Amino acid sequence: MDFSSISRRRLLQGSAALTLGTALGARTAAAADTTIGFIYVGSRDDYGYNQAHAVAAAALKKMPGIKVVEEEKVPETDAVEKTMESMINLDGATLLFPTSFGYYSPHVLKMASKYPKIHFEHCGGLWTDKDPKNAGSYFGYIDEAQYVAGIVAGYTSKTGKLGFVAAKPIPQVLRNINAFTLGARLANPKATTQVIFTGDWSMPVKEAEATNSLIDQGVDVLTCHVDGPKTMAENAARRGAMVCGYHVNLSPLAPEAYLTGAEWNWEALYPKFLKMNASAEGIPNFYRGGLQEEIVKVSPYGPKVGEKARKHADEVKATFMAKGLAIFKGPLVDNKGKTVITAGTERGQKDPELEKMDYLVEGVIGATS
Amino acid sequence: MTSEVADPGEAVAIAPSADPGFLQRHGASIEYILIPGAALAGALVVFGIFVALFGKNPLDLYFYMYQGAFGTWFSWQNTLTRAAPLILTALCTALPAQLGMVIIGGEGALLIGALSATSIALTMPSAPPLAVQCAMAAAGMIGGGLWIMLSGGLRQYRGVNETISSLLLVYIALAILNHLVEGAMRDPASLNKPSTREIGAANMIGSIPGTDVHWGLVFGLIAALASYILIYHTTFGFAARVAGGNIRAAKIVGLSVGKLIMTVCFLAGASAGLAGMVEVAAVQGRTNANLAAGYGFTGILVAFLSRQNPLAVIPVAILLGGINASGGLLQRRLGLPDASVQVLQGIIFVFVLASDALYGRIGFLKGKS
Repeated sequence: MDFSSISRRRLLQGSAALTLGTALGARTAAAADTTIGFIYVGSRDDYGYNQAHAVAAAALKKMPGIKVVEEEKVPETDAVEKTMESMINLDGATLLFPTSFGYYSPHVLKMASKYPKIHFEHCGGLWTDKDPKNAGSYFGYIDEAQYVAGIVAGYTSKTGKLGFVAAKPIPQVLRNINAFTLGARLANPKATTQVIFTGDWSMPVKEAEATNSLIDQGVDVLTCHVDGPKTMAENAARRGAMVCGYHVNLSPLAPEAYLTGAEWNWEALYPKFLKMNASAEGIPNFYRGGLQEEIVKVSPYGPKVGEKARKHADEVKATFMAKGLAIFKGPLVDNKGKTVITAGTERGQKDPELEKMDYLVEGVIGATS
Repeated sequence: MTSEVADPGEAVAIAPSADPGFLQRHGASIEYILIPGAALAGALVVFGIFVALFGKNPLDLYFYMYQGAFGTWFSWQNTLTRAAPLILTALCTALPAQLGMVIIGGEGALLIGALSATSIALTMPSAPPLAVQCAMAAAGMIGGGLWIMLSGGLRQYRGVNETISSLLLVYIALAILNHLVEGAMRDPASLNKPSTREIGAANMIGSIPGTDVHWGLVFGLIAALASYILIYHTTFGFAARVAGGNIRAAKIVGLSVGKLIMTVCFLAGASAGLAGMVEVAAVQGRTNANLAAGYGFTGILVAFLSRQNPLAVIPVAILLGGINASGGLLQRRLGLPDASVQVLQGIIFVFVLASDALYGRIGFLKGKS
């Protein structure tokens, strides 16, 4: 039942919440030239957001002269400040990757002011000139990969009905839903995306319910934007629907049903960051990029993806890689009939207007509030 | 040394009216220390075996737990920071327990307290900080107090089980918080993390001088001490305990049970609400979903481990704070998953509950009756 499982989960979270990080004095392993700390809000093997970072952290571990310390399930409270301090004071970390959005303000900003010699690289935040210079934020335009996945979904869906299990109607999520839908409508102009918002980043029960409910309504390709796509992928595959992944490659979970997916490519980015960190200029305080910059990537196609879909998707991907492509350009109408981008206007990826997105485009069934 | 002891000298030395020895005279008090201590030690041994099964050295485990929780000044501050909200939320369960009620909705009162405190602070932008802080504390306590009073009222006047109602009210509180934070109270600048506007740096209550620990710890200590005096050294507390022992007897002797329930529930909710206010005024600086970090749920564990004694809540909260503080180190040094700390908490909980059966049954502590 809904409540009982939520309450149990919340109880577990309750104790997990406090379960964090900390201290130690003596036995600090020496010898490493650079110690890097990774902090995750969820578990490292969630087949999702946190795993994408943890995979990259594991890749860094193999580099010579690098020591990586990690802590998972660190809540977005003063606990994360203590974890950062502990990594700095006791492990000798000089570069920290607090990877959850909610860590940035006030926690990362507070610690960056307190420890001016330590570098803080935050995933997802919007660094501004007013923030400490030893802090920075980076993120990827993963909507580019969603756009490509949308094309594949549009060709492969038999019903023309796509489903999207989403956490919250915030700009980053809306951008993904819209890009996926615009991609799908390139392939099939009549395709629709039905979206269900679960209300939070990790709600496995609601995610499963949303998945089932979408399939009951005739949806045959599903994707999602929640912290752990595992629930959606496994349930959809079990029900015979097809899956587009998110965060990481989900094909091990649903080898037959997996079409493709939008993945982070942190394992390509972080070694670059280490190089920049060692150089005189350091890591830029504000760092963004998409497919071209190799911050995101598209999963290899699954067995159900046809020739036509592969060809079209590969073409669009090649355009992104070669010169970039504006996904959001006028005339663009939202699903209430209002023009949100006028004809002739192109909103490139770095356009700050896109960071404020509050609409669902035509073809999306659902509402932001 | 009762007369059965075959030492004639001692038998003579003690008067026939059998003044019991030191152990017997203080048997009850000793039990209160000995039994939980033994339960804790037993839990640590079992956890050590559990960890050994994963191929880790249990002695390392104990060393890091000590280091991480109490080994250095930094560790102590980390522990106390984590303990601070737990003392207040534990009282939310421990106080109604005196009346025989099992309230597990401290998390809801915390959220409502935080929301109330933020709301009042945002309505007085030009007031002096001290006035804002006092208003926030008052609003937080009143908000949280009324919230738990709802459960008390439902139980007293509608016969609704207070355990269920207080738990369900947590989800209602969370829904209200999310609704307001994502709607009416949203700071338009908080794009990807819906939050209220900030209360302002000047209105933050800061840390206890010379430490990193915020004032919530002092509030918690005062609240726990005041609760202890109220319950064990006032007529009101006596009446509450009588009602908790036998509600019909209490009614027959003319105690106003309804008033007792409502007052105690208010005080309980007020302390959790104060914890919410502190999270806003000392840590987050605004209200958003980060506040639902599970302090209210961990508070239930603290209250039960303290056997609902408001004074015992203090050391138990510090102990759990320490376990949580050392959790990060266990992850980083031993490579244990975060869940291992939950396993330890679970083992402690089972041991302490099981040890309840031992009270009054330890032979050498019993006087001859």
